[in-house]
Amino acid sequence: MFVRIEPRQEPSKAMKYMSPLIAAILMLISGLIIFTLLGKDPVEAFHAFFVEPINDMYGIGELFIKASPLMLIGTGLAIGFRASIWNIGAEGQLAIGALFGGYIAIVFNESSGFFILPLMILSGAVGGMAWASIPAFLKTVFNANEILVTLMLNYVAILLLALLVHGPLRDPDGYGFPQSVLFSDSAILPILIDGTRLHFGVFIALAGVVIGWIFLLKSFTGFQMQVAGLAQKAASYAGFEYKKLIWIGLLSGGLTAGIAGCLEIAGPIGQLLPSVSPGYGYAAIIVAFVGRLHPGGIFLSSLLMALLYLGGESGQMNLDLPSAVTGIFQGLLLFYLLAADFLINYRLRFSAPQQEVN
Amino acid sequence: MTETPRLQLKGMTKIYPSVIANDSIDMTIAPGEIHAVLGENGAGKSTLMKAIYGVVKPDRGQILWNGEVVSIQNPAHARKLGIGMVFQHFSLFETLTVTENIALAMDGYTSMDSLARRIKEVSEEYGLPLDPGRLVHSLSVGLRQRVEIIRCLLQEPTLLIMDEPTSVLTPQAVRKMFETLRRLAAEGCSILYISHKLDEIMELCHSATIIRGGKVTGYAIPADESPASLARMMIGKELPVCSQDKPHIDGVECLGVRNLSKPSSVQFGTDLKEISLSVNGGEILGVAGVSGNGQQELLALLSGEKVVAKNDSIVICGEAVGHLNPDERRNRGMGFVPEERLGRGAVPGMSLSSNAILTAHRHGMVQKGLLKYNKAADFAKKCISDFAVKCGSKDDPITSLSGGNVQKYITGREIQQSPKLLIVSQPTWGVDVGAANIIRQAMIDLRNNGSAVLVVSEELDELFEICDRLIVIAEGCVSASVNVTDTTKEDIGIMMSGMFPGGPAEEDSTAQDASVNEEQHVC
Repeated sequence: MFVRIEPRQEPSKAMKYMSPLIAAILMLISGLIIFTLLGKDPVEAFHAFFVEPINDMYGIGELFIKASPLMLIGTGLAIGFRASIWNIGAEGQLAIGALFGGYIAIVFNESSGFFILPLMILSGAVGGMAWASIPAFLKTVFNANEILVTLMLNYVAILLLALLVHGPLRDPDGYGFPQSVLFSDSAILPILIDGTRLHFGVFIALAGVVIGWIFLLKSFTGFQMQVAGLAQKAASYAGFEYKKLIWIGLLSGGLTAGIAGCLEIAGPIGQLLPSVSPGYGYAAIIVAFVGRLHPGGIFLSSLLMALLYLGGESGQMNLDLPSAVTGIFQGLLLFYLLAADFLINYRLRFSAPQQEVN
Repeated sequence: MTETPRLQLKGMTKIYPSVIANDSIDMTIAPGEIHAVLGENGAGKSTLMKAIYGVVKPDRGQILWNGEVVSIQNPAHARKLGIGMVFQHFSLFETLTVTENIALAMDGYTSMDSLARRIKEVSEEYGLPLDPGRLVHSLSVGLRQRVEIIRCLLQEPTLLIMDEPTSVLTPQAVRKMFETLRRLAAEGCSILYISHKLDEIMELCHSATIIRGGKVTGYAIPADESPASLARMMIGKELPVCSQDKPHIDGVECLGVRNLSKPSSVQFGTDLKEISLSVNGGEILGVAGVSGNGQQELLALLSGEKVVAKNDSIVICGEAVGHLNPDERRNRGMGFVPEERLGRGAVPGMSLSSNAILTAHRHGMVQKGLLKYNKAADFAKKCISDFAVKCGSKDDPITSLSGGNVQKYITGREIQQSPKLLIVSQPTWGVDVGAANIIRQAMIDLRNNGSAVLVVSEELDELFEICDRLIVIAEGCVSASVNVTDTTKEDIGIMMSGMFPGGPAEEDSTAQDASVNEEQHVC
């Protein structure tokens, strides 16, 4: 038996939108198989993983807390991805955003006022964009590959944050723990619903998704980004400035990741820690693709991905599952999505070995 | 006929999901016959040839080779049977020598020295001299085609398939190739000659099968037919002609190029040398030349996809624009139709409507940074109706259109913006006769309204039909312009090989290598 891969004559359009759903279902099935192999009752495991975390108001609040940074960053990344600008550095941009926002909170820790939170968010946005401007500069001037630069800068950013939290930004009265002072109330986002931790940041994230939707689908610059992503020669033929689009593509990711980082420390965390994100910056890449680089889809896929985070925690607590389980589900989801997308455009053909022609 | 046919096709059918490419095609070719397969682009000629050469498998039908039923598995099998094919697009490695390229295609081991000797022998025997040691990148397009032909001839084929071979040749080189083909035929080799050029077929071929929409619409002896009768069989109606009646316009210069030089930025590209030209409003200037002589490079500089160091070496409507990008040049009245339609002139993943925005956005489609989709839709609708673009609707993806309709749409998009200067590359390349006529007429109408048009084309017939003046480009140099009425295709053909004052062959004819001279002195 030989397996050949050949392109399909007419890739199905409906399947393009179905594939995230198919991938999610396959992920579920595979997950249940894994649970069974681990000796867990699959129904119970399913319940613990996907139902239990969101069967009360608190859980739903948690879902949106986790989904907020994912949808915000996912939208920002999608803007670049549409133009084939591959920003893998949201995790680092998020850390720098948290650092910049947190610094404002620490500086104004003794004062109070309505200006502090907006200033923190602004500062976080500037931080994220500044970090993203490094690969943008290197790509536009030296044609450096943005995938490598953004990826490597993640490690620099995360270590930089850890260094500062271990050093100058450490709480002097914190018994030497590597963490900053607890932020004052003026630097903490207001809670929306009593009894939950759901904070104001979710509105900022939703606003980001809406703005991203308008930008990508309604604005001329968004159109230019799409053209550049689909056919770079056509963009050059039309005279769209590709360098400008590179800057926009990278800065949009930096902006959203920076804000998301700031919302994390001003929301559920409430102080600067050496690590402020459970991999949101990476998970947002999956969110963007599962959401078909469309803000509406990204909103939905961010909820799914948030559920995976919650389910992973719940699974650890209720079923003694290892913490790696969240990563496994994320990986499965992306794997099945890529496979489904591949099979939309190609088919496998099984055949007997070709006879030698004599 | 008592002789066993060399090749006989019975009921050949190939169905693709969206189209029946070949529908029950019957065809017979005798030994030593030059048989034309005539049809418009997209008629199914290439699919049929690929079936014979084993590249695609027919869904139904029989191939009889010398009277025996065969099932041709793949091109290697076809070659073994004695079938050779020269493709329209070459498959040569530019960094390798002629011998090395040919060795790659030979089945079985041969020593390089003896292969080189055989290349020399065979090429001289057939009047297509070739230096086996030359690197392919240094060969002109015509010589590269020779490499492909010699590669086939070394296998001593008894059937040679030639797919649109003359599109890359000067008229003189075409003559030369015809001699070779006639000789081969006299020696008993059958030749399948694919073309849509009626005059060539009438001159060269003994018999013809005419295909339209995947079906055979007639068999003919070309010598007994007229171009009109062949065209009727090919396109199903009379060959349309453009109406010319030109008003006299004293136009001002809309495009001026002064001493434009630019070394090629890519390996094996063509350096442009001291190019000067001028196009006035109310005229069409044609740029003739064999492809690969700097047309691509020149067009990229004229369109602004590449910028030049000296601003004033390119002047559009009196303004130095050498440093401006295409968008800024369009703001100054330029329109441009590139030869690559999908992926450059249009975005494959987008609808017709969205593709209107690509260059026509300056016509009210953007307000405060947001797109006005209804404006784009109106523009697209007008373009579709004015240029008879065959499509479902303005919202269809542009990839659902045939090549000719994409070209009509792109040309229409540019012309509908009323450019003062329109630059068009290969306007009717791969476009069917009806669409070609619409496109040519649109360019003529634009000129009659006082705009300047620059047309780069490899088809001399087309240039002579629509242009007022012609210049020739050869190895990155351009000639002075001549009025179309004062010249002939033969004269232009000679100039295309670089023989003009200031041209590459004139400048330094001793430095030219023997093979290029060979091309020049054939007539």
